[in-house]
Amino acid sequence: MKNTIVLFKRELAGYFATPVAYVFIFFYLVAMGALPFGLGGFYEREQADLQPFFAFHPWLYLFLIPALSMRLWAEERKSGTIELLMTLPVTMGQAVLGKFLAAWAFAGIALLLTFPMWMTTNYLGDPDNGVILASYIGSLLLAGGYLAVGSFLSALTKNQVIAFVLTFVVGLVLVLAGTPVVLDPLASAAPSSLVDAVRSFSFLSQMNTITSGLVDMRALTYFGSLIGASLLASAIVLDLKKAD
Amino acid sequence: MIEIQELCKDFGPLRAVDRISFAVKKGEVLGFLGPNGAGKSTTMKMLTGFLAPTSGRAAICGHDVAKSPLEAKRALGYLPEGAPAYGDMTPAAFLDFIADIRGLAGADKAQRIATVVKKVNLEAVLHQRIETLSKGFKRRVGLAQAILHDPQVLVLDEPTDGLDPNQKHEVRSLIKEMAPGKAIVLSTHILEEVEAVCTRAIIIAQGRVLFDGTPQELAARGPLDSVFRSITTGDKVAQAS
Repeated sequence: MKNTIVLFKRELAGYFATPVAYVFIFFYLVAMGALPFGLGGFYEREQADLQPFFAFHPWLYLFLIPALSMRLWAEERKSGTIELLMTLPVTMGQAVLGKFLAAWAFAGIALLLTFPMWMTTNYLGDPDNGVILASYIGSLLLAGGYLAVGSFLSALTKNQVIAFVLTFVVGLVLVLAGTPVVLDPLASAAPSSLVDAVRSFSFLSQMNTITSGLVDMRALTYFGSLIGASLLASAIVLDLKKAD
Repeated sequence: MIEIQELCKDFGPLRAVDRISFAVKKGEVLGFLGPNGAGKSTTMKMLTGFLAPTSGRAAICGHDVAKSPLEAKRALGYLPEGAPAYGDMTPAAFLDFIADIRGLAGADKAQRIATVVKKVNLEAVLHQRIETLSKGFKRRVGLAQAILHDPQVLVLDEPTDGLDPNQKHEVRSLIKEMAPGKAIVLSTHILEEVEAVCTRAIIIAQGRVLFDGTPQELAARGPLDSVFRSITTGDKVAQAS
């Protein structure tokens, strides 16, 4: 536990030691601020909620999360620090968890900095703050699940560009699994139980449930098991091919 | 304090390390010699628990590296090949991080960091990012990290590679100074280094131990580089003229 915290702190400080953190947060906030107004019709709807804002999160994360997760392990491999890390008295579990939690905390900090959106809505009208809170939790869970998948894909390679592309493609599949793009062709060919299963594995449908104000057990189980399974897979892959 | 028994490592069809066995006692400095690709680094990676051996076992201070890795790694200080370190950190922050991982705290931690910084002469660059440092300073940061917790066993993979003659001399003096209280293994392909710091030399090529003895025994066979060549390639020793 103590080692996980030490690794977490080093990793999180590492984000802010380079311009990466500031560039990331800058673009994150610009996109999070501009998209709901420009494309989402935030004003035109004349409704005091953040629905247009949260609707963009799965799509924005498609670009931002791979940028965050690509360096997690690929960089350790590339620079050789993985050899240093793995010969220090830390377990693989502590290393995987510490680094993942740091990336998640960083995504959380970026998400928190969107609070002016919440303030604006409360100034302009009288939104349901319970729904907004649930949506923030949902967005954070989505970021965590996607980051864990990214951690696994980053562990597969020493090339950050490959890690980015892999994570983007897998994320795209997971998001699109909830849209007609995937579901319509599937519905004509497969039984409806399979269509429902595919839909329920999608980031989009999980997010839709939560942004309607419902953080239910199914969503928590979904993201919890996604994070758990992906981190376990990261640890196994790292253990098998540490030196490659 | 270091025990290696019948260690083997296969990479696909290639046998990189072939039944290597040796033991290192306290006070010994073992020089690990061999041509590039002989299996020096692979052996060290297995000894330090980074790579799992195909067969055989390695133990540090009685702790089997495969069965109780944490205990073995606590007793160990390791400078990996190329002295990797987190480039975005300063040496001060990096050593602080290593100290935390090693469980050092409070006055003890501050005192240990101050001691190693002084030992490897890092004062001048303590607050510069590691990626901006010269090769010599990077190597010293790696050394500082390895000796920070005053380990009983020290494994150094090419500790003087890329250093200038003065820096080489400093590192060798440091190793000699630490030698009496520790078991040290270092790899090198600089033959003079073995004579300068080691109490024992092992020469390996193609994964096998071809010579195990004192540097004096090695020197008695003739000029060092032709002895090395004859052992590792099978050529006859050129007569000293």
